[in-house]
This record gives sequence, structure tokens and C-alpha cells, in this order.
Amino acid sequence: MRFAFTDDQHDLRDAVRDLLAKECPPEVVRAAWPEGTDAHGARKGEGARADPSRVERVWAALAEMGVLGVAVPEEHGGLGLSELDWVLLAEETGYVALPHPFVETAAVAGPLLATAGDPDGVLASVLDGSRRAAVLPLGTRLVPWGDAVTLLLTLDVDPATGEWVARRVADGVARGDHRALADVVDAGRRTVQLEAWRAGDRLGAGGDAALAFDRGALGTAAQLVGLARRMIDLTVGYVGERRQFGVPIGSFQAVKHHLADAALQLEFAAPAVHRAAWSLATGAATTHRDVSMAKAMASDAARRAGRTALQCHGAIGYTTEYDLHLFLKRAEVLARTWGDPAWHRTRVADALAL
Amino acid sequence: MDLTWSDDEEAFRAEARAWLQENLAAWRDRHDGRILSGDTAEGFAQHLDWERTLFDGGWAVVSWPEAHGGRAASRWEWLIFEEEYYRAGAPPRITQNGIFLLAPTVFEYGTAAQQDHILRRMARGDDLWCQGWSEPDAGSDLASLSSRARRDDERGGWVLDGQKTWTTRGAFCTHLFGLFRTDPDSERHRGLTYLLVPLDLDGITVRGFGRLDGDEGFAEVFLDGAFLPDDALPGGPVLGEVGAGWSVAMATTSSERGLTLRSPGRFTATADRLADLYRERGGRDPALRDRVVQAWMHAEAYRLQTLQTVTADADGHPAGARSSLVKLWWSELDVALHETALDILGPDAELDGPWTKGWQFALSGPIYAGTNEIQRNIAAERVLGLPRK
Ligand SMILES: Cc1cc2nc3c(=O)[nH]c(=O)nc-3n(C[C@H](O)[C@H](O)[C@H](O)COP(=O)(O)OP(=O)(O)OC[C@H]3O[C@@H](n4cnc5c(N)ncnc54)[C@H](O)[C@@H]3O)c2cc1C
Repeated sequence: MRFAFTDDQHDLRDAVRDLLAKECPPEVVRAAWPEGTDAHGARKGEGARADPSRVERVWAALAEMGVLGVAVPEEHGGLGLSELDWVLLAEETGYVALPHPFVETAAVAGPLLATAGDPDGVLASVLDGSRRAAVLPLGTRLVPWGDAVTLLLTLDVDPATGEWVARRVADGVARGDHRALADVVDAGRRTVQLEAWRAGDRLGAGGDAALAFDRGALGTAAQLVGLARRMIDLTVGYVGERRQFGVPIGSFQAVKHHLADAALQLEFAAPAVHRAAWSLATGAATTHRDVSMAKAMASDAARRAGRTALQCHGAIGYTTEYDLHLFLKRAEVLARTWGDPAWHRTRVADALAL
Repeated sequence: MDLTWSDDEEAFRAEARAWLQENLAAWRDRHDGRILSGDTAEGFAQHLDWERTLFDGGWAVVSWPEAHGGRAASRWEWLIFEEEYYRAGAPPRITQNGIFLLAPTVFEYGTAAQQDHILRRMARGDDLWCQGWSEPDAGSDLASLSSRARRDDERGGWVLDGQKTWTTRGAFCTHLFGLFRTDPDSERHRGLTYLLVPLDLDGITVRGFGRLDGDEGFAEVFLDGAFLPDDALPGGPVLGEVGAGWSVAMATTSSERGLTLRSPGRFTATADRLADLYRERGGRDPALRDRVVQAWMHAEAYRLQTLQTVTADADGHPAGARSSLVKLWWSELDVALHETALDILGPDAELDGPWTKGWQFALSGPIYAGTNEIQRNIAAERVLGLPRK
């Protein structure tokens, strides 16, 4: 029994953490937000505060580091690492609210294409960052970063057979094929809403597709852990500085208790996520259950952290000028994609034969 | 990362499981299947019989060195034993305040003579220890306690005055460990001494009274000029240094909150029983099913967090103040597990039974071992680093 990551895993995490701290500060996340107003006249973002090319640079830098191929076998040009290696990287991409489909590309599409033998010969372009993947899990029609996605997959359970099926959406989504950005809560996700699509060939079915779904749910859970940590860190910093009644508001017990409760949820959700990574990496019989527990708990923890962070910030947290909303919105969106907490609790219930 | 148990650990588990099954059945038979609560006057003797059985089988204190009656089990094996213990439906330990709260402090601060005398007798149930921290005017603000111990060099000992309260199983115990003010001019956490006190001294009166669940599990202990001689036990009655009681006691309170008092096995076993209850009662209510799952996941998460904590500890990263988060988690989890069970039982939850009994006890979790409000303060200040003032 040893429930800890290796030094190598931490080193890789630290390298990615350093890169993201430098390349993806909040102003870069903001630069991914569309300028101007949405269809309702709302000005959601605070506009680009960074050169938009910096948004692209983060992705290029990740590709250059090889981490887009972290989960792809070496014979296909990847790093050939396991869930235990990339789960911490996903956490880091959550921590910074990375404005790119990291989980979809690196944790889901890459390995799935490799398993399928790269039928369309697109894997190399996924690994070098020139092709971005998105996944439509569980029948959603919302494509995150859909304006930049050039490889689109679906992952669903076939109602007739109860079997997971992964397909490539026929024709994919070509860049510039005038897809309109949808008005969404987290506009930094640059979500595109597909009206309809033509199901393409199966990329995988059964175990391979089920595995792809679990990887997506795990990666998203890890991002939620990162987001929760970010919002707690941000708030701890703020309440130590902000003064009311002559003292830092962090010295007030009500504030302390809010934050302790948020930290509590995170403290117990993170091990569940790490265990799910281990279950996936080792092919444990309980993998579906463990991934679902991780996703449900991480979603709850991130939501709690967001609510807490907002309350402890007061009105400043409720502005688009302050960074909190970037993380809070991302957390809410990720909590409901790849299966929301209720969906995952149902899967745990089924695993427990309840 | 490797979340599997080794062959040796699995063998240890199998051994513990077999032993528990056989000996629990024998214990129940010895008492004609009528097992009472260990927190009642009548039930205490039955439970002492169980504690002795555990000791004789070598399972009373698995993680202790063999010299003191243990089997030098690793921390992992201890966790496995706890899982098996509660899975088998074995009763809460009436010796727990000694074994889980005093003993770690004796290992850390006791002299060799104290260790030799106290530990084995405690593990065998010869001496039964209760915890004397709280006083009528010192609850959460423990440092304000006022029970005194005055030095009497002529007679060679200490004269005790004051009152302790909420002393779990005090009425059935033989000894009390607690904090006393040995410097009469001292304030707060200075000038306190950690004393080991036999309860049969002249001048000590113990009065048991009912807890919320009806068991006479509480006691108040009146100290009226009771004389505690220096040879009350080998090595003397002072644990650690005179005047240094606060820091000695703090070692105990972190055991109390963290792992040793409430190991995950207790909650994972309860969660499995909750799932059984839902299945047996033919539950169809999706909202209730969701709560069963939630409670089950939270018990499982406690187990995982513990495995991570034990690994980190072995790597030289002790949990420290994070034990406050652990206490918050298990105490709230326990209430959730039992409330969910009562909701599954519906109107029948009015009838006395293991779940109602467990629920009444679970309600005390957020209060004892430092209230959850105090734990939140500690977590915010020492884990998150928020300002004190
Ligand atoms: C089942 C059970 C067993 C126990 N066994 C023992 C035992 O064996 N030995 C022993 O010594 N004691 C024992 N206790 C006592 C226990 O340690 C105390 O009850 C506990 O420390 C709280 O003290 P109090 O009851 O005086 O409550 P108080 O301190 O009066 O607190 C009342 C309320 O005020 C809140 N409060 C107090 N101060 C603060 C603060 N600074 N910030 C925020 N909120 C605050 C508390 O959280 C609580 O909600 C036991 C208690 C129970 C319920």
C-alpha cells in the first residue's frame, strides 16, 4: 500500500505548473473571452487584457513540452504515460482555468485514436497541437472551444445494446466553417452549439469507448480539484488583506468557518480523484464506480469552493473585473459536463446494487 | 502508487477476521446473546470480558510493541484490523480513552517505569482510564480550567481540589488522566500539570449521570482535598514535566481528533450496513438512494484520505493541524449515515435499535473531541493560515 505520487510524477506536474503560471495567468484566460456584448447586450468579459496570441501560445507550449501526448503510446509519438501521470497535469490546467480542451485532446482523443490505430492519420497533428479535439459526451451538443476544434468525437451508450460507443463526427468541425459561438456562462470556453451532426465511423466501442469516457470524467474531476484549490487560495489571500472593522476579515469566525468547510470538501475529494486515476491505470474492476465517485465529489467540492469564495469576497467577487468569476463559472460548467453529480451518484448506486 | 495490500497484509486480515468471528460468537454465547451497552453499569462488565478476550488473543493493541502486550503491527495492519473489527460488528472499545488517548502520550512522554506499569494493565483492562479535561467552567476554553493540585512535600504528593465533568465512563473507571493547575498564580495554559489519578483516593467522589441516549456514560468527578501520593503508581503520577501539562495534553488531543480515536473502518462498516438496510427495506426512493450513495462515498473518501495521510506520514510529512479537518469529516459523516438510516426506517425509527442508538451517539460527535466550531477555527488558522485577530 502506498498512496502517493512518485517524484517523477511530481516533477512533471511541477514543470507544467511552472509553465502555466508563466503562460496562463488570468489575463490570458480573459483574452480568450470574446470582446463586446452578447446577444442580450451583456458585457461578460472585461475584454482582452493580454495579446490574444498568448492564448495560442499556451497551447503551443504544452504541445512542445509533449504533454498533449502524455497518454499516447510512444510508438504513436506520445509520452506513453498513465492516468497517474496526467491526472496531476489536469489538476494544474484546472487551477489556471486553461482556455483549451486539454482533457478532451490529451486524455480522451489522443489515447482513443491510438487504440483505434489512428484510422484517419490525424494523431500526429493532435500531438503537435495543430489539431484540437473536442468530445460530445452523453449526447450533449455543446462543443467547448468549438471555434478551434478540428476533431470532434461523440461518446454515448447505445440504448439498444447498453454498450459505450465512440464515433468521429463525420467531416469533423473545420476551422472557419462559420460556426457561431453560443452565448454561454463561461464565454472563455468559446462554446459552439451544434445543431446536428452526421455520425461517422466507430472509433471504438465497448471497453475502449467506456475507458475513454472514464478518462474524460476523471480529467474533468481533476480540473475541478484544481479549480477548487485555486478559488480557496485566491480567497485566503484576499481575506488576509481586506480589512473591515479595523481588522482583516479573515480573522472573523464566520469567514473562517466558510473557508474551513470549503477546504474540508477539497481535502476529501482530492484523494477520491487520485484513487480513480489509480483504478484506471491498473484496470481495477471498480473503475466506473471510482471514477464516478471522484467526479461527483470533485464537482461538489468545486461548487462549494466557488460559493464560499464569492461570499467571502463580497461584491468585488461579483464583478467581471475581478478574476474570481473566471474560475467560478468554469467550475459550474465542468461540474455539469461529463456527467453531473447526480448522474455519477446513480452510477455509484448501480455499482453498489442499490 | 499502489493501492493493493501485500500477501502478508492479506494474511493478517484473514487471521483477524477468523479470530474475531469465532471469539465474538463465543463472547455473545457467554452472555446468552444479551449484550448490553458498555456505557451502562450492567453492561460494562460484559464488555470488560470482551476486552480481556481481545487482550488474551493478542488483539487488544495490535500496533503496540510486544513488550507492552501488542503485536508490533504496522500502521497499515492497524487500519486493516480496525476495518475487520467493525465489519465483524464488534462493540466500541470501553478501554478506548486509555488505549487511544492516554497511551500515545505515555509512549511519548512517560518514563520507562510508567510505561511498564501503565500500558499492559491498560490494555488488559486491569486499569480503566477516563479522560479528565472538561470542567464546569472550562469546556471549549480548556486553558481556563481551575482544578488545582497543590504540592505537599511533607507527605510526598499532591493535594487535589476542584471538579471535572462530562467524564466518559468515569463512573466505571479506576483511573483518571487530566490537567491540573499546579501553579496557583498561573493563567491559561501555563502552570498546568498532566496528572494520573487513581479514582479510589479519599476525597474523590464520582457521580455518574445519563447521557442523551440514556446510558450512564457521563460522570462528574469531585476532588475535595484528595491526596495523590508520589508513589500512587510506579514512576509517579506526573506525565511529562510539572508545569508542562498543556503541551503534553496537546499530543493527546491530536490523537483524539485524528486517526486513532475514530478510524475509517468504523464508518465504512456503517456505510456498508446502510447500503444493506436500503436494499432490505426495498428502497425505491431515488432521493433516499442518493443520500445512501453520498454517505457511502464520504465514508470511502475518509478511508482514502487516511491511506494518503498514512503514506505521507511515513514519508516524513505529518498531517499536523489537518487532523481538525479529519474530525469535522468523521463527525458529520456519522450524523449523515445515521440520519439517512432513520429516514429509511421511516416511522419504525421510533423503536430502539442499533440505528437509533447509533444516531443518538453520532449526535455527540460534533461536540466531543473539541467542538466542530473549534475545529473550523483551527483549520482556518493553522491549515489555511488565516489571521487570528
Ligand atoms: C459524548 C461526550 C463525551 C465527552 N467525554 C469527555 C471526556 O471523557 N472527558 C472530558 O474531559 N470531556 C468530555 N466531553 C466534553 C467535551 O470535550 C466538551 O463538551 C467540549 O469540549 C465542549 O465544551 P462545552 O460542552 O463546555 O461547550 P462550550 O464550550 O460551552 O460550547 C458551547 C457552544 O459554543 C461554541 N463555542 C465555544 N467557544 C467557541 C469559540 N471560540 N468559537 C466558536 N464557537 C465556540 C461551541 O462550539 C458550542 O457550539 C464529552 C462530551 C460529550 C458530548
